[in-house]
Amino acid sequence: MGTNNKNDKQYLFDNPKNTKRVLQLLYACCALLVVLDFVIHRHVYHSWENLPAFYPIYGFVGCVVLVIVARWMRTFLMRSEDYYDKQYDDNDDNDDKNSLEKICDDNGLEKATDENTHEGANNQTENKKIGDHDVDA
Amino acid sequence: MWMLELPPFTLFFIGGLIAAMTRGKLRGAIMVAIPFVSALHLWTVPEGIHLQLTFLDYELVPYRADKLSLMFGYVFHIAAFISIIYSLHVKDTVQQVAAMLYAGSALGAVFAGDLLTLFVFWELLAFTSVFLIWARRTSRAYHAGMRYLIIQVLSGVILLVGALFYAAETGSLAFDFIGLDSIAGWLIFIAFGIKCAFPFAHNWLTDAYPEATPTGTVILSAFTTKVAVYALARAYPGTELLVYIGAAMTCFPIFFAVIENDLRRVLAYSLINQVGFMVVGIGIGTALAINGAIAHAFNDVIFKGLLFMSMGAVLHMTGRMNGSDLGGLYKTMPKTTILCIVGAASISAFPLFSGFVSKSMVMSAALENGYDWIWLMLLFASAGVFHHAGIKIPYFAFFAHDSGLRASDPPRNMLFAMFIAASLCVAIGIYPAALYSLLPYDTGYNPYDATHVLAQTQLLLFSALAFVWLNLRGMYPPELRSTNLDVDWIYRRAIPNVLQKVFAVIWQADGALRNAVTSRLSQCQSFIASKHKGLGGLLSGSYPSGNMVLWVAVLLASYLFIGFVSKLAA
Repeated sequence: MGTNNKNDKQYLFDNPKNTKRVLQLLYACCALLVVLDFVIHRHVYHSWENLPAFYPIYGFVGCVVLVIVARWMRTFLMRSEDYYDKQYDDNDDNDDKNSLEKICDDNGLEKATDENTHEGANNQTENKKIGDHDVDA
Repeated sequence: MWMLELPPFTLFFIGGLIAAMTRGKLRGAIMVAIPFVSALHLWTVPEGIHLQLTFLDYELVPYRADKLSLMFGYVFHIAAFISIIYSLHVKDTVQQVAAMLYAGSALGAVFAGDLLTLFVFWELLAFTSVFLIWARRTSRAYHAGMRYLIIQVLSGVILLVGALFYAAETGSLAFDFIGLDSIAGWLIFIAFGIKCAFPFAHNWLTDAYPEATPTGTVILSAFTTKVAVYALARAYPGTELLVYIGAAMTCFPIFFAVIENDLRRVLAYSLINQVGFMVVGIGIGTALAINGAIAHAFNDVIFKGLLFMSMGAVLHMTGRMNGSDLGGLYKTMPKTTILCIVGAASISAFPLFSGFVSKSMVMSAALENGYDWIWLMLLFASAGVFHHAGIKIPYFAFFAHDSGLRASDPPRNMLFAMFIAASLCVAIGIYPAALYSLLPYDTGYNPYDATHVLAQTQLLLFSALAFVWLNLRGMYPPELRSTNLDVDWIYRRAIPNVLQKVFAVIWQADGALRNAVTSRLSQCQSFIASKHKGLGGLLSGSYPSGNMVLWVAVLLASYLFIGFVSKLAA
């Protein structure tokens, strides 16, 4: 990112190491919180709260389910950006369906876009980089 | 003292008039001074009825102050003050006047002691706020504003009908507990529900707010829905139905928010989600729950305003609002980034931020009153709101990929307004006792015990972990330029399309019928014509000269006859 613009100065997260540090900090906090779960005595209002690491698991699973369901919703809710700007006529419905299919194909549901949004691709490469570093670490 | 009897909205309405006539620095100074002076005055106002008059047979109470209305009055003053500072650089008179009148209408509504006064301010809220949307001066904004206005006015009309039924049933227009055991109760409930963005009636919010001006959305986000929350808290506390409606409101918008590209629309969805927590609190109806709902409304006005301000700053400086176009702005907008993160932490209810001290009250109340499944939904919604408002907003605007945009931090007045809001978020989070002392009930609630703090931190950090994990796996839905269908599809696409098809069929049938009738008529006509069209016939086009000779003979004969008769008579 930063290397493309030679004139730009280096910013905090241009250095992948800093991103890695933030993530490691997050992992450390998460680990600490799970440990604290067994150390700190809590008032339990509900039997579910007695399950070990109830809140961490609920938060994590909840968010993953949220994102998966939201991705699935895209398959039937997503239309082109100018969907409502078009005139109401029959041809448009077909256009919309086509564009929907196009977006869905681009989105691919299993893999982020590469053609439609270059930023999706950017994200992915960036993510990969972070991922690799994690593996190294 | 005359000031005591002056309802708070009057100063704002006068301010609106002055704003229309002044320009430049003078207008700015007056507009900042008005909420300040009005707030100082409100602070001295004791509880009680301060203005009462009789209209026809009804007692009207345009100015009634109690703990509930004062609480909303305070926060509306804060919101007005912050958003006026935020929009000081705006030179558009329409927006400045609309902002003052809109804030005034909201204050009028929360201090209204009878349904008729409430109705007047309810409609004024709609008519004044729509100009903040139209002020964007785009075709999209115009149409979105129209849809907004129609729905808001509809809500007002239902409220009026409900109020009339209520007056007929009870003989009074007093705006107190109403309940759901009469037609009037249901009508008023629906009217409040529309403004409160109940599921299926929520779309005006996500449709119109993101189309308003950068400063307009900040002002819009503070008032309309909170007035509705106030109205529900006054008229329907403890209505069990609200618990389920509220729980639905907390959960469904987060799915839409995750896939939405327009970041201000993401915030609009999360606004519904936050209002859902308040509605659940009102529905539970215990002292703790009502306190939680009101405190959350108070905090939400500030932190949602802060988030809308930070996004407004981005829109103002870059001209873009789609997550797919933004990113990497932390490099050149560091102050906005930090202020946005404070807002994000507050809405996500991180300990030491304002959302935590109010949201946990509603959650505890849900658990204490045996709403186990509702509590699970709220917990899911808490994780979800962190996911879309706490992480997604700052991440896609300020971090993520580098969009190449190098916008600088916004003008100083915008930064200052955001700074005030952020300070309040942190101050309330650190010292909640100040907020609690203003609440209607004294519950002795303490949010900062190890149980709450640990549970909430665990929930949030593992949501963050889920975000990181999904992002690293490439499973996080990328920001795509798109429109996502919502309930508005029904009235923006389905109904127009169905009507168009229906009318096409009707016009076709109508055309066929007309053709059939006219051809039948012309057939009859030509049949009659053919019967009589022979030479000398009744409808014949030409007559033989013999006919004429005959008629001349008849004429002459009658002359002869008349002459003969007159001779005889003489």
